[in-house]
Amino acid sequence: MQSVKMVVTGPFNAGKTEFIRSVSEIDVVSTERRISSQAEQVKDATTVAMDFGRISIDDNLVLYLFGTPGQKRFDFMWEILSEGMLGFVVMVDSTRPETFREARSILETFHNYAPTPYVVAANKQDQGDAWDLEDLRIALRLSAHVKILNCIATRKESVKNVLLELLYSILAEMDLIAL
Amino acid sequence: MALKGNLQDFTLAQLLNLINLAHKTGTLVVESPNESVWVFFRGGKLAYAQTGNEDGSLINILHRTNRLTTAQYRGIRARINGMNDKELGLLLINANYFTQQDILTSLQSYFIDTVRRLFTWINSPFHFENDLFPPDDKITVRVNLENIILESSRQVREMEQLNDEIPSLEMALKFADRPNTNIHNLTLSSEEWRVVNFINPKNTIRQIALATNLSDLDIRQIAYGLIQAGLVELTKPAGSPTPSLIGGRTSLPMTTTQKTERVSLINRIINRIRSL
Repeated sequence: MQSVKMVVTGPFNAGKTEFIRSVSEIDVVSTERRISSQAEQVKDATTVAMDFGRISIDDNLVLYLFGTPGQKRFDFMWEILSEGMLGFVVMVDSTRPETFREARSILETFHNYAPTPYVVAANKQDQGDAWDLEDLRIALRLSAHVKILNCIATRKESVKNVLLELLYSILAEMDLIAL
Repeated sequence: MALKGNLQDFTLAQLLNLINLAHKTGTLVVESPNESVWVFFRGGKLAYAQTGNEDGSLINILHRTNRLTTAQYRGIRARINGMNDKELGLLLINANYFTQQDILTSLQSYFIDTVRRLFTWINSPFHFENDLFPPDDKITVRVNLENIILESSRQVREMEQLNDEIPSLEMALKFADRPNTNIHNLTLSSEEWRVVNFINPKNTIRQIALATNLSDLDIRQIAYGLIQAGLVELTKPAGSPTPSLIGGRTSLPMTTTQKTERVSLINRIINRIRSL
């Protein structure tokens, strides 16, 4: 059985666990713990090691989705998780500009570990105070060729779209390198 | 949709850069416990600014910018009952008190000072209103934001923030693709000009610092200012390893068979995800 993996990363509370949960065929193996830090108490629990989801592609191939812990103090995990990935998704909470700088820093770190294709998923776009995609592009200093996608991590179709766009980017990059 | 947050998390320089690059039209409202400031933009350029508790009328601005003495101010004020700024501006030009340029320069100076003051506001909520404009009777200007951003970025002294913005001096800088921006129209310091001369993807920021005899803090500060003004972008130095195709390893040229297999693998995943 061949396996491939994609990584879902992003700041704390960006929606990585929900994203994987929306498409995984197994219950996400989540290592959530109750929040202890005052600064991070925007939700009850957070991922401290990684989330782990699976999609069986066919009899011989399985896709694993790994969600990284969002808190900075677990960034030693990132390099291990990024090894061998097909590509990665950077999740950003569109309603929390205080996390944009960290999102950019995570993006750059992952791209340095493994310069594979990636897309940015602008999560929580259904909320009234979500920033526009083009404003987010400037705030995150994304080049014009980087895809920034509307996302609602709790909706399966939205998550599928993000994954498909990442896969199209991987195909496009293969074409580019082959030229 | 909303463009709102707090200057503590998203600095004014970053905000002005966004407004500039996105050619935004509307009003930035910044609030502090004591006052609010409204800054109006048209097509990404500063058009008008108003501090909540200040008299932002033309006559007052001309007085504050020392274009009118107190006696002239009082004399004119006594005669302009109900006259709006545009009407007063025309009157002053027709009476040869001022040229149109004098009035616009005074307004620009006042509006820029208002924006500059905001750079000292650290923990203030902001929001951008797309459909809020200055009253029709107000005179607006068109001021490029790059110089304001550059000047304010020179004041950023926080090393921690600079480290976040420019995590590694081993990165290089390249000029941003901004065909409408002429760098010669900008007011750069001599140190900034020296740095600009070395901007090339072949040179790392550290190499530029060495060549221009600048400290780590100084080079970070200058690079930060140029980035915030949208003039340059961070890039990997030319000659660094090329991106790999799959799996994060430096890629060797693929054989046709390998490529066919990988394309097939990706297509299988695409088909499966479509069917979920």
